[in-house]
Parts: sequence; structure tokens; C-alpha cells
Amino acid sequence: MIPAEFDYQCPSSVDEAIRMLADAGEDAKVLAGGQSLIPVLRMRLAAPSVLIDLSALTELTGVRDDGDSLLIGAMTTHYEVQRDHLVHEHARLLFAATNTVADPQVRHRGTFGGSLAHADPAGDLLAPVLALDAVMIIAGPNGRREVPAAEFFVDYFTTALAPDELLLDVRVPKCSGWGAHYEKLNRVAQAWSIVAVAAAVQVSGGAITQARVGLTNMGSTPVRARAVEDALVGQPATPEAINAAAERAAEGTSVGDDYKENLARVLCGRALTSAVTA
Amino acid sequence: MHISVNVDGVRHADEVEPRMLLVHYLRERLGKTGTVVGCDTSNCGACTVHLDGHSVKSCSVLAVQANGHDITTIEGLARDGKLHPVQEAFHANHALQCGFCTPGMIMQAIDLIADDPSPDDEAVRKGLEGNLCRCTGYQNIVRAVQDAAHRMRPGAGPDAERVQDEARAHHVVGGE
Ligand SMILES: Cc1cc2nc3c(=O)[nH]c(=O)nc-3n(C[C@H](O)[C@H](O)[C@H](O)COP(=O)(O)OP(=O)(O)OC[C@H]3O[C@@H](n4cnc5c(N)ncnc54)[C@H](O)[C@@H]3O)c2cc1C
Ligand code: FES
Ligand code: FES
Repeated sequence: MIPAEFDYQCPSSVDEAIRMLADAGEDAKVLAGGQSLIPVLRMRLAAPSVLIDLSALTELTGVRDDGDSLLIGAMTTHYEVQRDHLVHEHARLLFAATNTVADPQVRHRGTFGGSLAHADPAGDLLAPVLALDAVMIIAGPNGRREVPAAEFFVDYFTTALAPDELLLDVRVPKCSGWGAHYEKLNRVAQAWSIVAVAAAVQVSGGAITQARVGLTNMGSTPVRARAVEDALVGQPATPEAINAAAERAAEGTSVGDDYKENLARVLCGRALTSAVTA
Repeated sequence: MHISVNVDGVRHADEVEPRMLLVHYLRERLGKTGTVVGCDTSNCGACTVHLDGHSVKSCSVLAVQANGHDITTIEGLARDGKLHPVQEAFHANHALQCGFCTPGMIMQAIDLIADDPSPDDEAVRKGLEGNLCRCTGYQNIVRAVQDAAHRMRPGAGPDAERVQDEARAHHVVGGE
């Protein structure tokens, strides 16, 4: 099918984009890489009257070093994230998760910010962003505000973004020298996660000094596996300690699905095992 | 909306509806029916073309998003009547049966070889993850991509772009 009719606007600055969004009202949609939105329009699951294409906003593209953090522009493509040396060095968990997103064609177009704004609970970048305590930098008619990842993801396909707001950048605290791994289970090529586990650990002198674990598709939003993190810190980086901690992966989740809860535990063990050796 | 797009080396200026998909622009306006549509869900990859040198699914790009950009389709690969080495390798390795997935497979294979000039089996399968084939079982496709990568390997020089009758005969008769 082809999309229903809409007007197309291509602003050349963030301020202009925000003005266009305000003028167009509730019925406008922002277009980033289009890799979620265009399929949705084709299936007529949505029929916005105006599309505001962000592709000319080059200031939203790329990864910058900002001291203790990286600033990742919302319009940075998955392909660009995969090849960025700052991401390799300071945010390996994001690198690992981005490698598992979709397929090469989709990664050439799809954007980091678009994935987060779309907020599909099976999306692979949500749990890493949550686990890394990233902060969303948002612009709207009343200026800029910052929202921590833990408050950004509200429900299925729902974020803290108001209809007249734009996600500009994501501030990701550096985890330099940490081990990281994203363990994803899907059944066929280019499929979304049934469950996936994002794990980053800092190991010093054979002991785990810090741990971050996030779960994909274990609820209506990404979930932080705090029980696992608490169980790991201070422990030796051994298989016994990792397996004991991974047993607690489904604690605090509410999917009510034995299969997925078991997957969370199994995949958590694998993610941590790879992370401590990465 | 008015757009200006370079397709297979030729500039086209056209008036299009914003909702027109790039694949429909290529097929219906420009008559480039070599690029095909295989699904309604952005999964099959049959519609793969290059946008500024990178593979994209042209059913998931709006024609207006291609404004000011360069598009290469399967129809823009042959030179002076000679097939591109990847096309030649698909032919030589029997990497198609019905052929419907082939335009997209070849466009994606070129992209993957550009990223990884000597991909192993796993890298080829991963690189073709976004392209589905209902016929071949993929074995000969993987073989063809590796054969093409070998023909085009760095240092192969201008010969890489040249299709030699000798190479063709060697591969068509009896496979390996
Ligand atoms: C075949 C296929 C397989 C896929 N598999 C996976 C997968 O395995 N894992 C995965 O994580 N993803 C997967 N995806 C989705 C892909 O990652 C998309 O890139 C992503 O979901 C959306 O990014 P986009 O830039 O294309 O956003 P768009 O489709 O352009 O937009 C998505 C939504 O976000 C809004 N939006 C976008 N940018 C902004 C912004 N800056 N500010 C405010 N709102 C904004 C839009 O209005 C829209 O509602 C797949 C997609 C396809 C087609
Ligand atoms: S037609 Fe199937 S992915 Fe484009
Ligand atoms: S050859 Fe028929 S779909 Fe691939």
C-alpha cells in the first residue's frame, strides 16, 4: 500500500522545525530515517497531515566528546554509530546493541534518536540507553529540557516527548574500559528481540566494581535489572558469581510469562559472561 | 513537490506527490522496472538500491527524500554492454532461480563487498540479512558473493571490472 496524502516540510534549523511543528498542530509527525514511520504510513496505521523531515538538520548528526559524556545527535544513523570511534571507546554497549538492529539497509537510514522516540519495547537501543543512565536533550516551544532515560520511556510506543517537541541529542556517560555485551534472542534474520539483555561491567583486579544491566522486551518499557547489578558489585568476576546474579534477572519485571522470564535469566548469564571477557 | 534526482548517472527533474515511494518513482515515472517490490513490510530487500553509495530499501524511502541525491539501481551497473562483476558472478554461480530477489541481492552484495572486500561465509550471510530469497536456499548466493569479492579484490585493478570469457567458461562448466 501507499501512504495517505500528507504535506511535506523540510526545515533547515531546529528553531524552524519547532515552529513548523507548533503551526501544524497535533496532526504533524516528525520524519527521521523513516524506517519505522514509513512502514507505519504504508500500512495506514497512521495518517498524519504533515511530515516534518529532519534530514537537513546536520547539527543533529554525529557523536561529540563532551568531557565525561558523549553527545550523540538524534539524527546519527545506526550505520554511523557502528563506525564511530568515540562510541567504540566509551560506549561499547551501544555499539554492541546497534550491531544487532535490523539489517544493513535499515541501519543506513534508521537513526539513534528515531529508535528512542519510537519507543518500541522490542527496540534494541532502549535498554542500553537506560542501563547507561543516558539523558535525553529535548527542545520545544518553551525552550530546552533534559529528561533522564528512566523517565523518558513511559509506555508502549510512548515517551516523555510532547507532540510539539523534538529529541535533539542524547548524553551518554562514558564507560571507558568497561566490558560490554548485548545478548539478543530472535528466531529469524532481521527480526526484533523476543528478549535481549544489555550488560556493561567494570572489572578491576578480578572483581566487579560496577555493573549496569538493562532488559529489552520484558515489559511496556525497557527495564533496569537492579537486583542483578546489586548482586554483582563487589563479587569476583567468576562464572559462579555471574550465574548467581543472573538468576535474579526477572525480579521486578511484570510480563507474567515464564518463557520470557527464563530467557531473561539465561540471556543475562550469557551477556555477563561475554561482558567480563570483552 | 519538485525534486531533482540523479538516477544511474542521469539527472531527472520531476513533480511528485510527497507520499510517492522512491521505488514507485523509479518504476512508474522513470520506467526503471529492474528494481522490484516483493513485500509490504520492508522485509524482503528486493527493492534495494544505492542512495549516495549506500544500500537502502527503496520501498521505505520517499521520493522527496531522494531530492538532491544520487541513486544507483540494478540498471545502472553494466558498463559498455558488460555486466558488473557481481552480476557476472551471480550468473556464473547459478545464484538465482526465479530471479525476483536478484536485483536487490546484487545491490546489497555490492554494498557488503565495499565494506568487507573478502567476506567469509558468516559475513556474507550477515550482510545479506535484509534480503530474502524463496528459491535458492542461499548457498549459491553466498558462493557468488565470495566469487565476486575475489574478482574485485583490492589490487585486482581495472581487470576487476572486465568480464573475461575465460573466467565465465571456467565457472559455468561444472561449478568449482
Ligand atoms: C525490517 C526492519 C527491521 C527492524 N529491526 C529492528 C531491530 O531488530 N531492532 C531495532 O531496535 N529496530 C529495528 N527496526 C527499526 C529501526 O531501528 C528504525 O530505525 C527505528 O525504529 C526508527 O528510527 P528512524 O530514524 O527510522 O525513525 P522514523 O521512522 O523516522 O521515526 C520513528 C518515530 O519517532 C519519531 N521521531 C523520530 N525522530 C525524532 C526526533 N528527533 N524527535 C522526536 N520524534 C522523533 C517519529 O515521529 C516517529 O513517530 C527495524 C526496522 C525495519 C524496517
Ligand atoms: S519491497 Fe520488500 S523490502 Fe522493499
Ligand atoms: S531466486 Fe527466486 S526469490 Fe531468490
